[in-house]
Amino acid sequence: MTLRKSVTLKTHGDIAYARQVAGELMVEIEASAIKRTKFVTAVSEIARNAINYGQGGVITFHLAEASGRKRALAVCTDRGPGIEDVDAALRDGFSTGKSLGLGLGGAKRLVDQFEIVSTPGSGTRVSLECGPR
Amino acid sequence: MMTINGCVVVAIRDDLDDQEIVALQDQLVDEVARQSAHGVVIDISGLEIVDTFAGRMLAAMAQMAQVMNARTIVVGMRPAVAMTLVELGMTLEGVETALNADRAINAITGDRQKIS
Ligand SMILES: Nc1ncnc2c1ncn2[C@@H]1O[C@H](COP(=O)(O)OP(=O)(O)O)[C@@H](O)[C@H]1O
Ligand SMILES: [Mg+2]
Repeated sequence: MTLRKSVTLKTHGDIAYARQVAGELMVEIEASAIKRTKFVTAVSEIARNAINYGQGGVITFHLAEASGRKRALAVCTDRGPGIEDVDAALRDGFSTGKSLGLGLGGAKRLVDQFEIVSTPGSGTRVSLECGPR
Repeated sequence: MMTINGCVVVAIRDDLDDQEIVALQDQLVDEVARQSAHGVVIDISGLEIVDTFAGRMLAAMAQMAQVMNARTIVVGMRPAVAMTLVELGMTLEGVETALNADRAINAITGDRQKIS
């Protein structure tokens, strides 16, 4: 697994930059337009959550290669308050921010592999993985 | 932002933050009122993706326009974006789409001619 880029998430402009890097990584793995759009959208959701709820964070982008198959990986980490009930947070419509509550569940549906680890009081880490097709 | 045949045409940039979106929405409402516009065309061809944040903004703009009696049509949505919105669970209620601004303006002005 090779690290491609690391993006600090503080402002909304940083989300746009994270999306750009995510898009470039999907181009590098020769992903289809739909796969690229899905991955970039998931990255956008997770990056925004880190800023809105996690007091900002960092998202790292990696290229994974297994038996000749390239995959894109994004890992978003913050040291915010964490999530009390991750299952509830994943449910569509659940939001503590008076917004739509579709981001986490949506991101999970959009990628091939999704993982979230959250510890109340110490932060949240979300991993998104996507292949080219 | 410009007005063509009574339709306010607005293009959305990729990197708008919360404040800029609020400013854009205010500007849109002003322009619709000032021009007595009967249509709003939102061009999102500049957006590589539409996440729940952008989708909510589009729905809010359409709602505002509706309150002011203007029909809203979103143009420039890539097919992959439309598919992704479905998976996100975003229905974008009240938001119509068209292929491009010309078609959207024609649909809106044609609609008006039928009514009058
Ligand atoms: N990085 C995070 N740190 C703390 N809480 C989070 C984080 N990400 C998500 N959450 C919690 O999960 C909820 C659901 O997130 P999401 O599905 O993206 O919906 P929304 O962003 O619309 O609130 C948020 O309202 C918030 O309470
Ligand atoms: Mg969210």
